[in-house]
Amino acid sequence: MSNFTSAISIAQNVASGAQSAVSVVEEHLQRISQREEEVHAFNLVTSTEARERAADLDARIARGENVGPLAGVPIALKDNMCTRGVPTTCSSKILEGWKPPYNATVVDKLFAAGAVFVGKTNLDEFAMGSSTENSAFGPTRNPLDTSRVPGGSSGGSAAAVAAGFAAVSLGSDTGGSIRQPAALCGVVGVKPTYGLVSRYGLVAFASSLDQIGPFSHSVADAALLTEIIAGHDPMDSTSIPKPAPSLVSVLGRGVEGMRIGRVADLPEGADADVLARLDAAFIALEKAGATIVDVKLPSLSYALTAYYLIAPAEASSNLARYDGVRYGNRVAANDMNTMYADTRAVGFGDEVKRRIMLGTYALSAGYYDAYYGKALKVRRLISNDFAAAYANADVILTPTSPTVAFPFGAKTDDPLTMYLCDIFTIPTNLAGHPAMSVPFGTGQANMPVGVQILAPTLGEEAMFKVAAVLEGAA
Amino acid sequence: MIDNGLPEGWELVVGLEVHVELATKTKLFSGSPNRFGDEPNTNIDPVTLGLPGALPVLNQHAVELAMRIGLALNCTVKPSTFHRKNYFYPDLSKAYQITQYDEPLNVDGFLMLPGGVRIGVERAHMEEDTGKSTHFGGAGGRIHGSEYSLIDFNRAGVPLVEIVSHPDVRTAEQARQYVNELRAILVAVGASDAKMEEGSMRCDANVSVRKYGAELGTRCEIKNVNSVRSLGKAIEYEARRQIDVLETGGTIRQETRHWDETDGRTHTLRAKVDANDYRYFLEPDLVMLAPDAEWVERVRAALPVLPAARRTNLAVLTGAEEDSEAVAVVVERGQDTYIEEVKNSGGDPGRALVWVQQSFAEEGNAPRLPAKDLAALTVLERDGKLTATQAKTVLGDMLEAGGGDPAAIAATKGFEALDTSVIEGFVDEGIAAQPDAWAKYCAGEEKAMGALVGTIMKLSKGKADGKVVTAILQQRRGS
Amino acid sequence: MSERLSAADVAKVARMARLNISAADVERYTQQLDGMLDHFADIDNLQLANVQPMTQPFPLVNVLRADVEQPCLDREEVLGAAPAAEQGRFRVPPSGGEDE
Repeated sequence: MSNFTSAISIAQNVASGAQSAVSVVEEHLQRISQREEEVHAFNLVTSTEARERAADLDARIARGENVGPLAGVPIALKDNMCTRGVPTTCSSKILEGWKPPYNATVVDKLFAAGAVFVGKTNLDEFAMGSSTENSAFGPTRNPLDTSRVPGGSSGGSAAAVAAGFAAVSLGSDTGGSIRQPAALCGVVGVKPTYGLVSRYGLVAFASSLDQIGPFSHSVADAALLTEIIAGHDPMDSTSIPKPAPSLVSVLGRGVEGMRIGRVADLPEGADADVLARLDAAFIALEKAGATIVDVKLPSLSYALTAYYLIAPAEASSNLARYDGVRYGNRVAANDMNTMYADTRAVGFGDEVKRRIMLGTYALSAGYYDAYYGKALKVRRLISNDFAAAYANADVILTPTSPTVAFPFGAKTDDPLTMYLCDIFTIPTNLAGHPAMSVPFGTGQANMPVGVQILAPTLGEEAMFKVAAVLEGAA
Repeated sequence: MIDNGLPEGWELVVGLEVHVELATKTKLFSGSPNRFGDEPNTNIDPVTLGLPGALPVLNQHAVELAMRIGLALNCTVKPSTFHRKNYFYPDLSKAYQITQYDEPLNVDGFLMLPGGVRIGVERAHMEEDTGKSTHFGGAGGRIHGSEYSLIDFNRAGVPLVEIVSHPDVRTAEQARQYVNELRAILVAVGASDAKMEEGSMRCDANVSVRKYGAELGTRCEIKNVNSVRSLGKAIEYEARRQIDVLETGGTIRQETRHWDETDGRTHTLRAKVDANDYRYFLEPDLVMLAPDAEWVERVRAALPVLPAARRTNLAVLTGAEEDSEAVAVVVERGQDTYIEEVKNSGGDPGRALVWVQQSFAEEGNAPRLPAKDLAALTVLERDGKLTATQAKTVLGDMLEAGGGDPAAIAATKGFEALDTSVIEGFVDEGIAAQPDAWAKYCAGEEKAMGALVGTIMKLSKGKADGKVVTAILQQRRGS
Repeated sequence: MSERLSAADVAKVARMARLNISAADVERYTQQLDGMLDHFADIDNLQLANVQPMTQPFPLVNVLRADVEQPCLDREEVLGAAPAAEQGRFRVPPSGGEDE
């Protein structure tokens, strides 16, 4: 566990008057000023607004108001979530300087809960990447070893929590973009069930895969954040029509009698040190009264292919709106098509262009059936595999990332090498299931290793129960 | 073989695609107003502008209206999905249009034209409208040669229904009738005000020609038709153009052509470098739309009596032909219920139809003249107490006054219909005064009757009923 | 190289996606994308004839909203963020004929 105060404690202290929101925010801003230059977790630190907000919260608390369950908690937001009047860049030149005229739903919810926003965090451009090396504004560095990546795409949000810049943060996860950086930075990261958290105001990468989720040091903080941001939103048609689940209350229940799935045909690629920690996790859970069962997910090895056809296809369409007409940065030209083509060539980075082209190709006439169409069917196979597995298991455990955090430049020569970072996280997004990464010891070079807990649709309760036990045993 | 106005042996084949703006309060996928004529870019929201992070949510009332249209066109309502149609254009804020592709809401319907021709309706699906571009700097506001364009997104996201007919239309006149009838239906069910001049109804025609019995010819899509009249002209022009090409040994290139009202021709739009590949895929931000049987039945039960049925009813009521102009006009004005009221007040519905068609053009669907007053007038005519000419004068007074007792008005004017025996006397005098005309008329020259009738009417000081005079003359001639 | 994808294909796709990339970049992307498609060929031989495509993880039906007006965005704020605006509208160069 970390030395940083948990969000739950902060909220209790601030709400009771034991500590002022202003002093809490100063603590965090102090850490930011000490290490942010080195870590570069943020695209923008909103210190003035944070101080004003903290002062306002203190005044309201003094008047006896209940300001919410996150009273005074400093929170960082991935810079692909719309914040009204505050630049939202998706770490892309094409949106540099753009201020949304509206808030994402999750932003409104956190604000209503009393949170204090300290800044917008760095990411791989438009959430496409696994190391935050694809940011147009420079990479984020892993606070535990600044020669290594923090993971991606939500590298900034993971680093911000790991470095104590924020008590908790929000990221987004399309193929592992919360869980993998959580594992690499030694923090907790949760991807909720698809549809549990509203996507309204989350800049879309792949619409049928994206979900917003929290980073935290403790499982309890992650549970609280998930409760607060979850719940039906009428502004999102894919939002599950149910209220937020109650998760903090289940944390102490233990795993007695639970069936933990071990994937018998796990795809290769995980390093030995990572696998060792996974084994240790199974042992810990068995000790706590759970049973280990073997499950088979035969289509899992095709998940990467399905993902890297579906996600770029949806992305190619979602990113077509960046044309320099209504917002963002435009490269002037004498005719419209040249304006579009130049604006996008200059505004988008390499990886984004690559995925747009791959996605466009996969959808194009003559190729739809072979690529996108087939990938949707593979998706069904994977979903069916999980359904069969969950008939015999309550949760499944896998590594989160095949390796610990790697050095900068280690995987940038061939895009495919980077894509392989996501082999264990991608299947969950395809199925729409929840999954979370919990730090569980260290591996090579003393870098943290994360263990991934997967659960069926709306299986957050089971997932968090297991997470709580692993946290205690780490 | 129908008279399609084309050279002999050529058949005209037309399919019509009509886009209709729905009369909802708000847009299809977001809550900003669906209103025409407001200041540019005032009816906007993140979804309309395609802002990062915006998401669509489907308007329930738009679905209701779309179902009304489908059911009024005898379609089946089916579970349906939405797709993205991807292309780049400045008035398309997301660079994709959300539309329905292979699973539309309404399928397999038809529309009956006045006169009994059945035009199949393949589908009527939902989609969103684009914004509006205005081009500046070139000649005539056309896009070619313009220097820049300004975009207004007020219209972006307005709900549309696209109604696609089977290629069953065979003449330009049928095309006009189809559009008119469709418009009447849309207005009757409250789905749209369907005004072509305002753009709330837009019509494209797919036109091809072939020799009777041959395979379907290559078709061209004609766009930019802004009125029903233009539609007919454009179809006729295009058909002849295609025949000219084929008859001189050429082939028709499948393309979209632009109708130019000023020069009366269709023109090729500038050739595109790459034909658009829309890369359709299922819209991941929306879910399936499957109205349940109860909802469909509620919509169906609430449909008003449609124009075709109203025409049938009016024809039966008045004895007029169902496809007569009088019936069509009166139903279109919504005055058929008025004629029913006249009948219920004891009036003659046949005579009422004539008067309403002739004199009620400006009255709208709630004429000011009380039905019982018109009823009384028609009774006087029917009983032979007033000639048609006299009745017209009395009606004029009644309309101006907004009512009145026709018998009293007639009396003040000294109107009374003449006895038939008295009219016989005037006919005798007239024949005597026009022996040459009478001789010609007896020999078969119908035109000669005019002079005879004129003389007789003058002799009777206009009081003789013209119809009776004509009948007597015919009887005396023996024809 | 397996040549699933040629430079001409990539150039065409770049045009379709409105990305103005240099000839050198076309070569580079072709190599990379071709390599990816090669890797993705693992699904080519799967028996998928009777498998239903899966587009949405959580199947919902009939998500609708009432036809009620919501507050609109402020035009000044929106046009202020536009690269070019005039007379209350967004200004763009002419399209060169690609009418829809």
